[in-house]
Amino acid sequence: MTYYAYAVAAAVMLLGIFGVATSRNLVHTVVCLSVAQSGTYVLLLAVGFQYGGLAPVFGSQVGRNTPVVDPVVQALTLTDIVVSAAVTSMLLALVIQIAKRHRDIDPDRLGRLEG
Amino acid sequence: MTGGVLGNVLIAVSLTLVLVGAAAVVFTRIPSRQAVVLSCYGVLLSIMFVVLQAPDVALSQIAIGTAVVPLIVVLSIRKIDIIRREREKAAGGEEQP
Amino acid sequence: MRRSARLGVLGAGLAVFAAMMALAFAGLPGFGGSTHPYRDAAVAATYGHNTANAVSSINFDQRGFDTFGEETILFCAVVGVAALLRPVRGERRREVKDSGRVLESTSLLVYVLFPLTIVLAANVVAHGAVTPGGGFQGGVVLSTGIHLLYVGGRFSLLHRLRPLDWFHQGEALGVVLFGALGIAGAAFGSALFANVVPQGQLADFVSAGTVPLFNIAVGMTVCSSVVILLSSFLDQTLAIRADQGGRTGPGPEEGAAT
Repeated sequence: MTYYAYAVAAAVMLLGIFGVATSRNLVHTVVCLSVAQSGTYVLLLAVGFQYGGLAPVFGSQVGRNTPVVDPVVQALTLTDIVVSAAVTSMLLALVIQIAKRHRDIDPDRLGRLEG
Repeated sequence: MTGGVLGNVLIAVSLTLVLVGAAAVVFTRIPSRQAVVLSCYGVLLSIMFVVLQAPDVALSQIAIGTAVVPLIVVLSIRKIDIIRREREKAAGGEEQP
Repeated sequence: MRRSARLGVLGAGLAVFAAMMALAFAGLPGFGGSTHPYRDAAVAATYGHNTANAVSSINFDQRGFDTFGEETILFCAVVGVAALLRPVRGERRREVKDSGRVLESTSLLVYVLFPLTIVLAANVVAHGAVTPGGGFQGGVVLSTGIHLLYVGGRFSLLHRLRPLDWFHQGEALGVVLFGALGIAGAAFGSALFANVVPQGQLADFVSAGTVPLFNIAVGMTVCSSVVILLSSFLDQTLAIRADQGGRTGPGPEEGAAT
Protein backbone atom coordinates (compact mmCIF):
# COMPACT_ATOMS: atom_id res chain seq x y z
CA MET A 1 0.00 0.00 0.00
CA THR A 2 2.86 2.37 0.78
CA TYR A 3 3.89 2.73 -2.83
CA TYR A 4 0.64 1.77 -4.53
CA ALA A 5 -0.49 5.39 -5.04
CA TYR A 6 2.85 6.37 -6.58
CA ALA A 7 2.74 3.28 -8.79
CA VAL A 8 -0.75 4.24 -9.99
CA ALA A 9 0.47 7.75 -10.83
CA ALA A 10 3.39 6.40 -12.87
CA ALA A 11 1.16 3.80 -14.54
CA VAL A 12 -1.42 6.40 -15.58
CA MET A 13 1.34 8.52 -17.07
CA LEU A 14 2.87 5.53 -18.90
CA LEU A 15 -0.55 4.57 -20.26
CA GLY A 16 -1.04 8.10 -21.55
CA ILE A 17 2.37 8.18 -23.26
CA PHE A 18 1.72 4.75 -24.76
CA GLY A 19 -1.58 6.02 -26.11
CA VAL A 20 0.06 9.10 -27.63
CA ALA A 21 2.71 7.00 -29.37
CA THR A 22 0.38 4.37 -30.80
CA SER A 23 -2.50 6.66 -31.71
CA ARG A 24 -4.13 6.53 -35.13
CA ASN A 25 -6.15 9.71 -34.80
CA LEU A 26 -4.96 13.12 -33.66
CA VAL A 27 -8.03 13.69 -31.45
CA HIS A 28 -7.21 10.42 -29.71
CA THR A 29 -3.61 11.62 -29.33
CA VAL A 30 -4.70 14.83 -27.59
CA VAL A 31 -7.01 12.98 -25.21
CA CYS A 32 -4.22 10.53 -24.34
CA LEU A 33 -1.95 13.48 -23.62
CA SER A 34 -4.48 14.79 -21.11
CA VAL A 35 -4.58 11.32 -19.53
CA ALA A 36 -0.80 11.39 -19.22
CA GLN A 37 -1.09 14.76 -17.53
CA SER A 38 -3.67 13.41 -15.09
CA GLY A 39 -0.96 11.11 -13.75
CA THR A 40 0.64 14.20 -12.23
CA TYR A 41 -2.55 14.98 -10.29
CA VAL A 42 -2.44 11.54 -8.69
CA LEU A 43 1.24 11.88 -7.85
CA LEU A 44 0.89 15.37 -6.34
CA LEU A 45 -2.07 14.46 -4.16
CA ALA A 46 -0.45 11.18 -3.10
CA VAL A 47 2.65 13.08 -1.95
CA GLY A 48 0.55 15.44 0.15
CA PHE A 49 -1.74 12.88 1.75
CA GLN A 50 -1.64 12.03 5.41
CA TYR A 51 -3.62 9.26 7.10
CA GLY A 52 -6.33 10.81 9.25
CA GLY A 53 -5.70 14.23 7.75
CA LEU A 54 -8.70 16.39 6.95
CA ALA A 55 -9.33 18.73 4.04
CA PRO A 56 -7.36 21.99 4.52
CA VAL A 57 -10.41 24.20 5.05
CA PHE A 58 -10.32 25.70 8.52
CA GLY A 59 -13.36 26.49 10.58
CA SER A 60 -15.11 25.28 13.67
CA GLN A 61 -14.15 21.64 13.14
CA VAL A 62 -10.67 21.96 11.74
CA GLY A 63 -8.36 23.99 13.91
CA ARG A 64 -4.72 24.91 13.96
CA ASN A 65 -3.62 21.64 15.54
CA THR A 66 -5.88 19.28 13.60
CA PRO A 67 -3.87 17.22 11.13
CA VAL A 68 -4.72 18.33 7.59
CA VAL A 69 -3.45 17.12 4.22
CA ASP A 70 -0.92 19.26 2.38
CA PRO A 71 -2.69 22.27 0.79
CA VAL A 72 0.37 23.24 -1.28
CA VAL A 73 0.13 20.24 -3.60
CA GLN A 74 -3.61 20.76 -3.86
CA ALA A 75 -3.08 24.31 -5.09
CA LEU A 76 -0.56 22.98 -7.62
CA THR A 77 -3.02 20.33 -8.80
CA LEU A 78 -5.74 22.94 -9.15
CA THR A 79 -3.66 25.09 -11.49
CA ASP A 80 -2.49 21.91 -13.25
CA ILE A 81 -6.08 21.03 -14.14
CA VAL A 82 -6.80 24.49 -15.54
CA VAL A 83 -3.59 24.48 -17.60
CA SER A 84 -4.44 20.99 -18.87
CA ALA A 85 -7.78 22.25 -20.16
CA ALA A 86 -6.07 25.21 -21.86
CA VAL A 87 -3.48 22.93 -23.50
CA THR A 88 -6.11 20.42 -24.63
CA SER A 89 -8.29 23.06 -26.23
CA MET A 90 -5.33 24.70 -27.97
CA LEU A 91 -4.19 21.34 -29.39
CA LEU A 92 -7.70 20.47 -30.55
CA ALA A 93 -7.91 23.81 -32.35
CA LEU A 94 -4.65 22.88 -34.11
CA VAL A 95 -6.09 19.45 -34.99
CA ILE A 96 -9.09 21.16 -36.61
CA GLN A 97 -6.69 23.31 -38.61
CA ILE A 98 -4.77 20.19 -39.72
CA ALA A 99 -8.04 18.53 -40.72
CA LYS A 100 -8.83 21.57 -42.84
CA ARG A 101 -5.46 21.63 -44.58
CA HIS A 102 -4.80 17.92 -45.05
CA ARG A 103 -6.87 14.95 -46.03
CA ASP A 104 -6.21 12.97 -42.90
CA ILE A 105 -5.76 13.26 -39.18
CA ASP A 106 -3.84 10.00 -38.83
CA PRO A 107 -0.39 11.06 -37.58
CA ASP A 108 1.31 8.22 -39.45
CA ARG A 109 -0.02 9.28 -42.83
CA LEU A 110 0.50 12.94 -42.02
CA GLY A 111 4.23 12.34 -41.75
CA ARG A 112 4.22 10.89 -45.25
CA LEU A 113 2.24 13.85 -46.57
CA GLU A 114 4.80 16.30 -45.26
CA GLY A 115 7.67 14.28 -46.75
CA MET B 1 -0.46 6.43 11.79
CA THR B 2 -2.46 4.25 9.42
CA GLY B 3 -6.04 5.45 9.35
CA GLY B 4 -8.06 2.30 9.70
CA VAL B 5 -8.69 -0.59 7.36
CA LEU B 6 -11.77 1.02 5.84
CA GLY B 7 -9.94 4.21 4.86
CA ASN B 8 -7.15 2.16 3.33
CA VAL B 9 -9.57 0.05 1.31
CA LEU B 10 -11.41 3.17 0.12
CA ILE B 11 -8.17 4.77 -1.08
CA ALA B 12 -6.99 1.57 -2.75
CA VAL B 13 -10.31 1.09 -4.54
CA SER B 14 -10.48 4.69 -5.78
CA LEU B 15 -6.88 4.54 -7.02
CA THR B 16 -7.57 1.27 -8.82
CA LEU B 17 -10.66 2.78 -10.42
CA VAL B 18 -8.54 5.68 -11.69
CA LEU B 19 -6.04 3.24 -13.15
CA VAL B 20 -8.76 1.22 -14.86
CA GLY B 21 -10.38 4.42 -16.13
CA ALA B 22 -7.11 5.66 -17.62
CA ALA B 23 -6.62 2.34 -19.40
CA ALA B 24 -10.18 2.50 -20.71
CA VAL B 25 -9.64 6.01 -22.10
CA VAL B 26 -6.37 5.08 -23.80
CA PHE B 27 -7.64 1.83 -25.32
CA THR B 28 -10.90 3.27 -26.62
CA ARG B 29 -9.77 3.95 -30.16
CA ILE B 30 -12.95 5.51 -31.53
CA PRO B 31 -12.77 9.22 -30.61
CA SER B 32 -16.51 9.80 -30.16
CA ARG B 33 -16.72 6.94 -27.67
CA GLN B 34 -13.50 8.09 -26.07
CA ALA B 35 -15.09 11.44 -25.21
CA VAL B 36 -17.74 9.69 -23.12
CA VAL B 37 -15.15 7.45 -21.47
CA LEU B 38 -13.04 10.54 -20.75
CA SER B 39 -16.00 12.11 -19.00
CA CYS B 40 -16.40 9.00 -16.81
CA TYR B 41 -12.68 9.05 -16.11
CA GLY B 42 -13.09 12.64 -14.92
CA VAL B 43 -15.73 11.49 -12.43
CA LEU B 44 -13.44 8.69 -11.20
CA LEU B 45 -10.61 11.19 -10.72
CA SER B 46 -12.81 13.55 -8.73
CA ILE B 47 -13.99 10.65 -6.52
CA MET B 48 -10.34 9.90 -5.82
CA PHE B 49 -9.70 13.58 -5.02
CA VAL B 50 -12.54 13.58 -2.51
CA VAL B 51 -11.19 10.39 -0.93
CA LEU B 52 -7.74 12.03 -0.67
CA GLN B 53 -9.35 15.03 1.11
CA ALA B 54 -9.05 17.54 -1.73
CA PRO B 55 -12.54 19.03 -2.24
CA ASP B 56 -11.22 22.12 -4.07
CA VAL B 57 -9.46 19.99 -6.65
CA ALA B 58 -12.44 17.64 -6.99
CA LEU B 59 -14.73 20.58 -7.67
CA SER B 60 -12.53 21.97 -10.42
CA GLN B 61 -11.95 18.50 -11.89
CA ILE B 62 -15.67 17.81 -12.07
CA ALA B 63 -16.33 21.16 -13.76
CA ILE B 64 -13.41 21.03 -16.21
CA GLY B 65 -12.55 17.37 -16.70
CA THR B 66 -16.10 16.06 -16.77
CA ALA B 67 -17.94 18.84 -18.56
CA VAL B 68 -15.78 21.28 -20.50
CA VAL B 69 -12.99 19.13 -21.96
CA PRO B 70 -15.22 16.26 -23.21
CA LEU B 71 -17.57 18.86 -24.72
CA ILE B 72 -14.66 20.43 -26.61
CA VAL B 73 -13.53 16.98 -27.76
CA VAL B 74 -17.03 16.12 -29.01
CA LEU B 75 -17.29 19.44 -30.86
CA SER B 76 -13.88 18.88 -32.50
CA ILE B 77 -14.83 15.37 -33.61
CA ARG B 78 -18.04 16.69 -35.12
CA LYS B 79 -16.23 19.51 -36.90
CA ILE B 80 -13.65 17.11 -38.35
CA ASP B 81 -16.49 14.86 -39.51
CA ILE B 82 -18.16 17.82 -41.24
CA ILE B 83 -14.88 18.82 -42.90
CA ARG B 84 -14.43 15.27 -44.21
CA ARG B 85 -17.98 15.12 -45.55
CA GLU B 86 -17.66 18.50 -47.26
CA ARG B 87 -14.43 17.41 -48.90
CA GLU B 88 -15.94 14.14 -50.15
CA LYS B 89 -18.88 16.07 -51.58
CA ALA B 90 -16.56 18.55 -53.30
CA ALA B 91 -14.30 15.81 -54.68
CA GLY B 92 -17.31 13.87 -55.99
CA GLY B 93 -18.64 16.99 -57.70
CA GLU B 94 -15.34 17.74 -59.45
CA GLU B 95 -14.74 14.23 -60.75
CA GLN B 96 -18.16 13.77 -62.30
CA PRO B 97 -19.31 17.12 -63.63
CA MET C 1 8.45 -1.29 -40.36
CA ARG C 2 8.71 2.28 -39.24
CA ARG C 3 5.84 1.70 -36.87
CA SER C 4 7.43 -1.37 -35.31
CA ALA C 5 10.72 0.47 -34.94
CA ARG C 6 8.86 3.27 -33.21
CA LEU C 7 7.18 0.80 -30.87
CA GLY C 8 10.61 -0.60 -30.00
CA VAL C 9 11.93 2.85 -29.13
CA LEU C 10 8.77 3.54 -27.16
CA GLY C 11 9.14 0.31 -25.18
CA ALA C 12 12.74 1.12 -24.29
CA GLY C 13 11.80 4.66 -23.29
CA LEU C 14 8.88 3.56 -21.15
CA ALA C 15 11.03 0.90 -19.45
CA VAL C 16 13.70 3.45 -18.56
CA PHE C 17 11.01 5.90 -17.44
CA ALA C 18 9.42 3.27 -15.20
CA ALA C 19 12.80 2.33 -13.73
CA MET C 20 13.66 5.95 -12.97
CA MET C 21 10.25 6.52 -11.41
CA ALA C 22 10.66 3.42 -9.22
CA LEU C 23 14.06 4.70 -8.14
CA ALA C 24 12.60 8.13 -7.31
CA PHE C 25 9.61 6.68 -5.44
CA ALA C 26 11.92 4.56 -3.29
CA GLY C 27 13.40 7.81 -1.98
CA LEU C 28 10.07 9.49 -1.31
CA PRO C 29 8.55 9.48 2.18
CA GLY C 30 5.90 6.78 2.32
CA PHE C 31 2.31 7.45 1.30
CA GLY C 32 0.23 8.97 4.08
CA GLY C 33 3.10 9.85 6.40
CA SER C 34 2.90 12.74 8.84
CA THR C 35 6.00 14.75 7.83
CA HIS C 36 4.92 17.58 5.55
CA PRO C 37 7.21 20.59 6.10
CA TYR C 38 5.58 22.64 3.34
CA ARG C 39 2.17 21.89 4.83
CA ASP C 40 3.26 23.18 8.22
CA ALA C 41 4.66 26.41 6.76
CA ALA C 42 1.62 26.95 4.56
CA VAL C 43 -0.84 26.34 7.40
CA ALA C 44 1.00 28.83 9.59
CA ALA C 45 0.89 31.45 6.82
CA THR C 46 -2.79 30.72 6.18
CA TYR C 47 -3.59 31.29 9.82
CA GLY C 48 -1.48 34.42 9.79
CA HIS C 49 -3.77 35.90 7.14
CA ASN C 50 -7.01 34.59 8.68
CA THR C 51 -7.99 32.64 5.57
CA ALA C 52 -10.20 29.62 6.10
CA ASN C 53 -9.54 27.86 2.79
CA ALA C 54 -5.83 27.07 2.74
CA VAL C 55 -5.84 26.22 -0.99
CA SER C 56 -7.28 29.64 -1.87
CA SER C 57 -4.79 31.29 0.43
CA ILE C 58 -1.87 29.55 -1.26
CA ASN C 59 -3.14 30.25 -4.76
CA PHE C 60 -4.02 33.91 -4.33
CA ASP C 61 -1.99 35.09 -1.38
CA GLN C 62 1.16 33.07 -0.78
CA ARG C 63 2.01 32.37 -4.40
CA GLY C 64 -0.07 34.99 -6.19
CA PHE C 65 2.58 35.68 -8.79
CA ASP C 66 2.60 32.03 -9.89
CA THR C 67 -1.15 32.08 -10.27
CA PHE C 68 -0.85 35.25 -12.33
CA GLY C 69 1.49 33.44 -14.69
CA GLU C 70 -0.85 30.47 -14.81
CA GLU C 71 -3.82 32.72 -15.57
CA THR C 72 -1.79 34.27 -18.37
CA ILE C 73 -1.28 30.77 -19.83
CA LEU C 74 -5.05 30.34 -19.92
CA PHE C 75 -5.47 33.81 -21.45
CA CYS C 76 -2.88 33.13 -24.17
CA ALA C 77 -4.36 29.71 -24.95
CA VAL C 78 -7.79 31.25 -25.39
CA VAL C 79 -6.42 33.99 -27.62
CA GLY C 80 -4.64 31.29 -29.64
CA VAL C 81 -7.79 29.20 -29.99
CA ALA C 82 -9.85 32.22 -31.01
CA ALA C 83 -7.22 33.14 -33.63
CA LEU C 84 -6.96 29.58 -34.98
CA LEU C 85 -10.69 29.01 -35.19
CA ARG C 86 -11.92 32.27 -36.66
CA PRO C 87 -13.51 32.01 -40.11
CA VAL C 88 -10.80 32.33 -42.75
CA ARG C 89 -10.85 32.89 -46.49
CA GLY C 90 -12.90 30.25 -48.26
CA GLU C 91 -15.27 29.85 -45.36
CA ARG C 92 -18.59 31.45 -44.66
CA ARG C 93 -20.86 31.76 -41.69
CA ARG C 94 -24.39 30.46 -42.03
CA GLU C 95 -27.53 31.02 -40.03
CA VAL C 96 -28.21 28.42 -37.38
CA LYS C 97 -31.83 27.57 -36.77
CA ASP C 98 -33.27 25.85 -33.74
CA SER C 99 -34.70 23.07 -35.83
CA GLY C 100 -33.62 20.01 -33.90
CA ARG C 101 -36.04 18.10 -31.74
CA VAL C 102 -35.41 18.34 -28.04
CA LEU C 103 -37.25 16.29 -25.46
CA GLU C 104 -39.56 18.50 -23.43
CA SER C 105 -38.23 17.06 -20.22
CA THR C 106 -34.72 18.11 -21.30
CA SER C 107 -35.93 21.66 -21.98
CA LEU C 108 -37.69 21.81 -18.62
CA LEU C 109 -34.61 20.50 -16.84
CA VAL C 110 -32.49 23.14 -18.57
CA TYR C 111 -34.84 25.94 -17.55
CA VAL C 112 -34.78 24.74 -13.95
CA LEU C 113 -31.05 24.10 -13.82
CA PHE C 114 -29.93 27.25 -15.64
CA PRO C 115 -30.72 29.78 -12.84
CA LEU C 116 -29.63 27.26 -10.19
CA THR C 117 -26.24 26.89 -11.83
CA ILE C 118 -25.75 30.64 -12.07
CA VAL C 119 -26.57 31.06 -8.37
CA LEU C 120 -24.32 28.13 -7.45
CA ALA C 121 -21.45 29.64 -9.44
CA ALA C 122 -21.84 33.02 -7.76
CA ASN C 123 -21.87 31.25 -4.41
CA VAL C 124 -18.74 29.25 -5.21
CA VAL C 125 -16.84 32.39 -6.25
CA ALA C 126 -18.04 34.52 -3.34
CA HIS C 127 -17.21 31.94 -0.67
CA GLY C 128 -13.91 30.94 -2.26
CA ALA C 129 -11.93 32.04 0.77
CA VAL C 130 -14.16 30.27 3.28
CA THR C 131 -15.37 27.00 1.77
CA PRO C 132 -13.96 24.76 -0.97
CA GLY C 133 -14.26 26.62 -4.22
CA GLY C 134 -13.00 29.86 -5.63
CA GLY C 135 -12.48 31.75 -8.82
CA PHE C 136 -11.35 28.85 -10.99
CA GLN C 137 -14.18 26.50 -10.06
CA GLY C 138 -16.88 29.17 -9.95
CA GLY C 139 -15.85 30.59 -13.31
CA VAL C 140 -16.03 27.21 -14.99
CA VAL C 141 -19.36 26.37 -13.36
CA LEU C 142 -20.78 29.71 -14.51
CA SER C 143 -19.72 29.25 -18.11
CA THR C 144 -20.95 25.65 -18.11
CA GLY C 145 -24.29 26.89 -16.80
CA ILE C 146 -24.55 29.39 -19.65
CA HIS C 147 -23.94 26.58 -22.12
CA LEU C 148 -26.76 24.50 -20.65
CA LEU C 149 -28.90 26.53 -23.05
CA TYR C 150 -27.16 24.76 -25.89
CA VAL C 151 -28.10 21.38 -24.46
CA GLY C 152 -31.68 22.65 -24.31
CA GLY C 153 -31.45 23.16 -28.05
CA ARG C 154 -31.65 26.93 -27.92
CA PHE C 155 -28.58 28.03 -29.81
CA SER C 156 -30.23 31.32 -30.79
CA LEU C 157 -31.07 32.04 -27.15
CA LEU C 158 -27.51 31.19 -26.20
CA HIS C 159 -26.39 33.59 -28.90
CA ARG C 160 -28.47 36.42 -27.45
CA LEU C 161 -27.64 35.72 -23.80
CA ARG C 162 -23.97 35.57 -24.53
CA PRO C 163 -22.79 38.85 -26.01
CA LEU C 164 -19.31 37.70 -26.93
CA ASP C 165 -17.86 41.22 -26.90
CA TRP C 166 -18.61 41.47 -23.21
CA PHE C 167 -16.77 38.26 -22.54
CA HIS C 168 -13.78 39.38 -24.60
CA GLN C 169 -13.62 42.50 -22.46
CA GLY C 170 -14.39 40.57 -19.30
CA GLU C 171 -11.47 38.26 -19.89
CA ALA C 172 -9.03 41.11 -20.40
CA LEU C 173 -10.51 43.03 -17.48
CA GLY C 174 -10.06 40.03 -15.19
CA VAL C 175 -6.38 39.73 -16.07
CA VAL C 176 -5.86 43.48 -15.67
CA LEU C 177 -7.66 43.43 -12.33
CA PHE C 178 -5.45 40.56 -11.15
CA GLY C 179 -2.32 42.45 -12.17
CA ALA C 180 -3.60 45.68 -10.61
CA LEU C 181 -4.25 43.91 -7.31
CA GLY C 182 -0.73 42.53 -7.44
CA ILE C 183 0.75 45.97 -8.09
CA ALA C 184 -1.41 47.41 -5.30
CA GLY C 185 0.30 44.89 -3.05
CA ALA C 186 3.64 46.35 -4.08
CA ALA C 187 2.44 49.97 -3.72
CA PHE C 188 0.77 49.70 -0.31
CA GLY C 189 2.49 46.68 1.13
CA SER C 190 5.83 44.99 1.10
CA ALA C 191 5.95 43.13 -2.19
CA LEU C 192 4.08 42.28 -5.36
CA PHE C 193 0.86 40.38 -4.54
CA ALA C 194 1.16 41.18 -0.83
CA ASN C 195 -2.09 40.89 1.09
CA VAL C 196 -2.69 44.56 1.97
CA VAL C 197 -6.39 44.59 2.89
CA PRO C 198 -7.29 44.02 6.58
CA GLN C 199 -7.96 40.34 6.96
CA GLY C 200 -10.83 40.25 9.45
CA GLN C 201 -11.97 37.19 11.35
CA LEU C 202 -11.23 33.64 10.18
CA ALA C 203 -14.16 32.02 8.33
CA ASP C 204 -16.19 35.25 8.14
CA PHE C 205 -17.72 36.04 4.76
CA VAL C 206 -15.54 39.13 4.48
CA SER C 207 -12.15 37.86 5.57
CA ALA C 208 -8.78 36.89 4.14
CA GLY C 209 -8.00 40.38 2.78
CA THR C 210 -7.32 40.39 -0.93
CA VAL C 211 -8.18 36.71 -1.49
CA PRO C 212 -11.90 37.30 -2.31
CA LEU C 213 -10.93 40.11 -4.69
CA PHE C 214 -8.49 37.81 -6.48
CA ASN C 215 -11.23 35.20 -6.58
CA ILE C 216 -13.54 37.62 -8.38
CA ALA C 217 -10.82 38.64 -10.84
CA VAL C 218 -9.95 35.01 -11.61
CA GLY C 219 -13.63 34.08 -11.79
CA MET C 220 -14.17 36.77 -14.44
CA THR C 221 -11.19 35.63 -16.49
CA VAL C 222 -11.92 31.92 -16.26
CA CYS C 223 -15.64 32.29 -17.00
CA SER C 224 -14.98 34.54 -20.01
CA SER C 225 -12.16 32.28 -21.22
CA VAL C 226 -14.25 29.14 -21.15
CA VAL C 227 -17.19 30.93 -22.79
CA ILE C 228 -14.92 32.16 -25.59
CA LEU C 229 -13.32 28.72 -25.95
CA LEU C 230 -16.64 26.92 -26.20
CA SER C 231 -18.12 29.54 -28.49
CA SER C 232 -15.15 29.20 -30.86
CA PHE C 233 -15.65 25.45 -31.06
CA LEU C 234 -19.45 25.75 -31.26
CA ASP C 235 -19.14 28.29 -34.07
CA GLN C 236 -16.85 25.97 -35.99
CA THR C 237 -19.23 23.07 -35.57
CA LEU C 238 -22.54 24.80 -36.17
CA ALA C 239 -22.05 28.00 -38.13
CA ILE C 240 -18.84 27.95 -40.15
CA ARG C 241 -18.77 25.98 -43.39
CA ALA C 242 -16.29 25.72 -46.25
CA ASP C 243 -17.42 27.90 -49.15
CA GLN C 244 -17.77 25.72 -52.23
CA GLY C 245 -19.83 27.80 -54.60
CA GLY C 246 -23.05 27.07 -52.79
CA ARG C 247 -22.79 23.36 -53.45
CA THR C 248 -23.05 22.54 -49.79
CA GLY C 249 -26.17 24.42 -48.87
CA PRO C 250 -27.24 24.72 -45.26
CA GLY C 251 -28.17 21.19 -44.37
CA PRO C 252 -31.33 20.68 -42.35
CA GLU C 253 -29.67 18.11 -40.16
CA GLU C 254 -27.45 20.40 -38.10
CA GLY C 255 -29.71 22.69 -36.20
CA ALA C 256 -29.48 21.94 -32.56
CA ALA C 257 -27.12 19.16 -31.77
CA THR C 258 -27.70 17.53 -28.49
